[in-house]
Amino acid sequence: MDRKNSESWKVKTKTMLKLSRYILYDILRNKIIIAYTLFLLVISISMFRMEENSSKAILSLMNIILIVLPLISLVFTTIHYYNSYEFIELMLSQPMSRTRILLSEYSGICISLLTSFFIGIGIPVLLYSPDATGIALLFTGSALTLVFTSLAFFASVISRDKAKGIGIALLLWFYFTLIYDGIVMLILFAFSDYPLEKFTLVLSALNPVDLGRIFIMLKMDVSALMGYTGALYKDFFGGGWGLLFTTGIMFLWVVLPLWVSVRYFKRKDL
Amino acid sequence: MIRIENISKKFKRLQALDRVNVEFHKGQVVSLIGPNGSGKTTLIKCILGMVRPNSGRISVNNEYIGEDPRYKNDIGYMPQIGRYPDNMKVGQLFEMLENIRNQSADHLDKELIHQFHLTTIFEKPMRTLSGGTRQKVSAAVAFLFNPGILILDEPTAGLDPLASEILKEKILKEKRKGKLILITSHILSDLEELTTHIMYMQDGKMEFVKDMQTLREETGELRLSKAIAKIMKGESLGTTWIEKILNPGK
Repeated sequence: MDRKNSESWKVKTKTMLKLSRYILYDILRNKIIIAYTLFLLVISISMFRMEENSSKAILSLMNIILIVLPLISLVFTTIHYYNSYEFIELMLSQPMSRTRILLSEYSGICISLLTSFFIGIGIPVLLYSPDATGIALLFTGSALTLVFTSLAFFASVISRDKAKGIGIALLLWFYFTLIYDGIVMLILFAFSDYPLEKFTLVLSALNPVDLGRIFIMLKMDVSALMGYTGALYKDFFGGGWGLLFTTGIMFLWVVLPLWVSVRYFKRKDL
Repeated sequence: MIRIENISKKFKRLQALDRVNVEFHKGQVVSLIGPNGSGKTTLIKCILGMVRPNSGRISVNNEYIGEDPRYKNDIGYMPQIGRYPDNMKVGQLFEMLENIRNQSADHLDKELIHQFHLTTIFEKPMRTLSGGTRQKVSAAVAFLFNPGILILDEPTAGLDPLASEILKEKILKEKRKGKLILITSHILSDLEELTTHIMYMQDGKMEFVKDMQTLREETGELRLSKAIAKIMKGESLGTTWIEKILNPGK
């Protein structure tokens, strides 16, 4: 019985990968993804060329990664989802389960966005600054790509209308890059009389962008500027636990929205 | 082969399907007709599992359909509007579908691919194709895996007369093999020579399923369009759409 199960699982993965291959092929010929790669490449090379100190360049790249990357992942994924609506319909008329169709789409988009990221930022970083900070930057960038692609699937699956889907995706972006920070500031300001260090740690887990920022910052020397909280963070994120914690939380941020989307997609009328 | 039991589907306020009960068997060519928005496509999509009905159930080849998509191995579907990934080439589409279905090559039915001369455009990306050519591709895809059940949504709309004739010949050929074929169309003259049964839908309700012989006997009309028009009037369904189709001039 077990063997039969693993066999059928193998067949399933195989057909999924087959489908992803075609989705990937379709996306890689898309001009937007090529433009995105070139954009990242130009920015990262010019950063490293202009700044004398490579850690300054990393800092600027970090801001790009934390702001632009989520935006592109969200918008690109949402638009791609709506553009491949008919393709999904075609696949549904074939003996393919809905879960497999959606996960194939997801892996197809993720692979292409990650490829762009590695060509555009990965290669320059590894060339100019192949240290722990650089690796942390690449790790955060890849994780954020996966997280925001997952969130974009959530946004597009729950709304039938393209404009609404992109609207929700943009709102998510505003929330995670701007609004959330504002809320955190407000909380910290209002409760500044209380010891909030542990609490801010929890708050950081609730926003993948913040988590990524802290994770990269602590690999740099600037954490000394952050005072007592910085020291606490350094203590927590500096060791192996920090990596484990970040990976775990990022993983949850990838899996949860995707899981909700798959569940919703299974019941959806197409 | 297909059994539909008490299917209802509501889209927000619109009752798209209202307690539809019907059964289709091997060797039948069933024409699904009814005005726009009468639930024909919704019914087809329910069979294909694209739309989840609110209540009722459907069985295909004696098995109730659920999460397991394997029953679709025996169904060929030609959608009303076939749209495909823009950058995918025609040849790749067929290659991909063959890959997914994993059927042995000698079971494939490539007759339509050859008759429509689709091999000559195998290198063209899908986005460059005209609407009619896409229809040809959709048709070839539906017949490709030699399925026991064919579901064709407006198959001849958009095809040139020659292609439409080829497709009709193909449908007749598959009918002779004893397959179940479901067709929706507004062009009644196209259905005339193919169909064995008529299913008429309106406002999400199934009004009747009749075989052609009964229909002709009951109405005393030989031509399908006239027979249906007579039935409509006789049952006074309060509709004039059929007359518009019959006499577009008036």
